Amino acid sequence: MRRDHLANAVTRAPDLIRGPSPAVASGRKLWRWAPAFAGALAFSTPAMAASGEAVNPWVAVAYLISGILFILALRGLSSPETSRAGNRYGMIGMLIAVVTTLITHDIASLPEIGVAIAIGGGFGFIFARKIAMTDMPQLVAGFHSLVGMAAVLVGVAAYLNPGAFGILDNAGEILVVSRVELGLGVAIGAITFSGSVIAFLKLNGNMSGAPIMLPGRHVINLGVLTGIIGLTAYFAILPTAETAMVFWIILALAFIIGFLLIIPIGGADMPVVVSMLNSYSGWAAAAMGFTLGNTAMIITGALVGSSGAILSYIMCKAMNRSFISVIAGGFGADSSGSADGAEKIDRPWKRGSAEDAAYMMKQAENIIIIPGYGMAVAQAQHALREMGDMLKEEGVNVKYAIHPVAGRMPGHMNVLLAEANVPYDEVFELEDINSEFAQADVAFIIGANDVVNPAAKTDKGSPIYGMPVFDVEKAKTIFFIKRSMGGVGYAGVDNEVFYMDQTMMLLSDAKKMCEDIVKAL
Amino acid sequence: MDFISILSIFVMACFVGYYVVWSVTPALHTPLMAVTNAISSVIIVGALIAAAAGSQADGGQTAKWLGLVGVVLASVNIFGGFAVTERMLAMYKKKERK
Repeated sequence: MRRDHLANAVTRAPDLIRGPSPAVASGRKLWRWAPAFAGALAFSTPAMAASGEAVNPWVAVAYLISGILFILALRGLSSPETSRAGNRYGMIGMLIAVVTTLITHDIASLPEIGVAIAIGGGFGFIFARKIAMTDMPQLVAGFHSLVGMAAVLVGVAAYLNPGAFGILDNAGEILVVSRVELGLGVAIGAITFSGSVIAFLKLNGNMSGAPIMLPGRHVINLGVLTGIIGLTAYFAILPTAETAMVFWIILALAFIIGFLLIIPIGGADMPVVVSMLNSYSGWAAAAMGFTLGNTAMIITGALVGSSGAILSYIMCKAMNRSFISVIAGGFGADSSGSADGAEKIDRPWKRGSAEDAAYMMKQAENIIIIPGYGMAVAQAQHALREMGDMLKEEGVNVKYAIHPVAGRMPGHMNVLLAEANVPYDEVFELEDINSEFAQADVAFIIGANDVVNPAAKTDKGSPIYGMPVFDVEKAKTIFFIKRSMGGVGYAGVDNEVFYMDQTMMLLSDAKKMCEDIVKAL
Repeated sequence: MDFISILSIFVMACFVGYYVVWSVTPALHTPLMAVTNAISSVIIVGALIAAAAGSQADGGQTAKWLGLVGVVLASVNIFGGFAVTERMLAMYKKKERK
């Protein structure tokens, strides 16, 4: 049944390689190779079963190939054209890893495993189909928690049945190296699990996005982390028979620390948290890969680990905050910090209507649209695209500008615009478009706030000072869609843009406002 | 495999990961997270080993069940992760030429 899948994948291959791109073309060679490879694997099965795993070089080669396919999967994402082929490589890599494992181990319970895969796969498939694109951050956080839990389960299973994992020495003790790997592996897995569960609850709105601050939390957290590391060392040197207690304590502490680490982090910092947990899930897989001496797991773990780390770095940089300060948490908790209340209340601002906006935008030559999390909340992406299309028919040049931290996870806005059929070559990153605001007739801000706040450039006392922002104030006219004048962005900072001469506030729900503008056009 | 050769593979893979991920276009960062999620479920290999092992050893029976649960969780991720990535990537379109 497994092999049918492989055969299927192979016969489907030709329709993947339509594109002329080099990445795809180089994939052709791999493809020619695949059937021969599968054949070789199948052919050498009996020998493997007899001589045990890891002895047969083909097994190592198979895992290596699946690791390489995972690298190609990420490589494909360098451009939207090659990305789908990349995703296919990822699937094939996974298939190879699973098939190789199944045929090289004495399988006591193939039907059970088949059922387990079917149950999990069914649920996964349903989640993937049903999920709304706006809820993608929750889904990803939820998936991270599953990887974390799977790592914990594998670690515990390896601890309970070390013989099956080949990590016993001649005296029947678990190898010291393996114990360190196991200890760290289950700890990272548990942190990933409980941290992701909290992140999921916060993103899904089951739990307030506001930071929850425990007194003395830094001391507690550092204490628990040190405890985990110390106990892991202790776990490694004890005789195997006496380690049970220590192992379970490590596991329990790790679950607790994952929880404690994420509760003080506010909603606006979730992009960093989600990326960070992505990274952790990778390190957990890598740690298990060390235990099993499995190259596919190690390569994947390293890839995923560095991927998450780089994304966290990009997010932090886009907010001009250090990783430590994000992890320490509490951002957005004290809005009274630097903003002075008196100034906030009575400042003149102009209110515009949908008709005004429609009229002015029809006359414009260049419009830059800046979407933010508010657009996702209001599900306004389709109405927005419709508006953009009508303006384009009027001969207006419409572009979309996306800040790296817009939304609740990296690239969140890009996915939403893609869902609404906005071509990706009309969507630009911060650095690429920021110089164009001076030529723009209209900057249309929908559901964004902090990323257009000039205080980040001028006000040294502002909590967002130093964060790279869009130069919207250079545009001739600014339309700012906002539900009311009351709320401020997640950083809790007042925005100078509201009160500028060229700004018109469109106070309404983002979706409704876009629809009204479409009608007025 | 001895520890040091595993470690070498790991360190090399970290460097590969570093360069490959920097080349990912920011527009595809969400699919990147979804697909890394899916591939990190290669941990299913460990779960399969646990589930496939017989229950001769002391903890074998428990380990087997833990392994099976691990297989379920990892499968959710594998199928879900790849499917949702596929779904997202299918939405990225170029400007249509008229």
